[in-house]
Amino acid sequence: MSTCTDTTRRRFLAGAAGLAATTLAPGVMLITAGPARAAGGPVTNARRWGLLIDTTKCDAGCDDCVVACRTENGWQGHDRPATDSQWIRKVDLTDQVTGAKTSLPVMCQHCETPPCVDVCPTGASFKRADGIVLVDKHICIGCRYCMMACPYKARSFVHETTHGQKPHAPRGKGTVEACTLCVHRVDAGGTPACVEACAEKAGREAMVFGDLNDPNSDISKVAGRLVATRIRADLGLNQGVLYHGF
Amino acid sequence: MWRSTGFLSILALAMVLLAGAVPPAAAGDGVPLPHPAKGKGLQCVEPVDAMRRYHMKYLMHQRDDTVHGGIRGAKYSLQGCIDCHAVADPKVMNGEKRTLKPFCGACHEYAGVTLDCFQCHSPVAEDKPNLSQADAQAVREAHQQALKSRIQQGN
Repeated sequence: MSTCTDTTRRRFLAGAAGLAATTLAPGVMLITAGPARAAGGPVTNARRWGLLIDTTKCDAGCDDCVVACRTENGWQGHDRPATDSQWIRKVDLTDQVTGAKTSLPVMCQHCETPPCVDVCPTGASFKRADGIVLVDKHICIGCRYCMMACPYKARSFVHETTHGQKPHAPRGKGTVEACTLCVHRVDAGGTPACVEACAEKAGREAMVFGDLNDPNSDISKVAGRLVATRIRADLGLNQGVLYHGF
Repeated sequence: MWRSTGFLSILALAMVLLAGAVPPAAAGDGVPLPHPAKGKGLQCVEPVDAMRRYHMKYLMHQRDDTVHGGIRGAKYSLQGCIDCHAVADPKVMNGEKRTLKPFCGACHEYAGVTLDCFQCHSPVAEDKPNLSQADAQAVREAHQQALKSRIQQGN
């Protein structure tokens, strides 16, 4: 897999394709992202959607984001925690030395270089041009390699026949699924259900959604102000989901 | 040469006579022809004969555009099929909600072709509850107008 390790060259080539460079003066270049999405056209890499989660505002007793996701996408289980789907979960951490407690939601981290996409034998696991990592269930064969490859345990396998799916979130037995960043809402100009619930229902505003490529977006401004980290940043996956406060 | 032509003429004559003698298949003989319910809208996205033959190709092409490209609300949408063709049937969900299964099932059962879409996709129409008849008509007309403009734009 020598081609996979040579990321510098690959990123340079990808950047050359997706970015337009203009020379303003000798030695000064203005680099902008690729063309924005045309009306009725496909998504482009001009945007990269991301989430920033401020764990200092997140509380261990609150799971409004999880409930909102379940309601929005219809992944209610069969009361069998070992096999039920789980698009988003709350994780509670305790520092063993200081005893400090942290609580945070964990979902698909929407990596820039997703391991799930690398290992998928059919191309069902893919990353959209705007950075959202999805499963094309039409071509998923349910091998679950992606579940093993994901360092964040973000994906679930549908073990049982599904009923009561939402029109915008088809789910089927024998396929793998995960957080879609509420892609149906994002395509309609909205924000994910978890972010909405955190702000409106829980009143915490611990989650910020937006375009990481836009320096004037809410998420970029907050990310510039707070020290934002990625879970297991040492893996170099450059996730779209950022955390602050732990 | 003459003999073979003569034989063919006799065969053709015999077939004409036989066809006259045997009455055409009457209703009730064998498996009845399917009669799927007519859609609610004024027109479909393509002529009916094209839809009967190619609907699966239209849907498959557009599903890739939607899943990978995020193009939503285009011409050949499964949601569009549901909006127009879903009907309440006592055999599906006790007739409580409009679903697409009776419409698709009519021909698919007749032709013995499996229908996989609804293993994952919801066939249920998301009708707004307590919508008055006038409001429902307004929603339907708005949908038809949107459909017409999409057909004119060619997407």
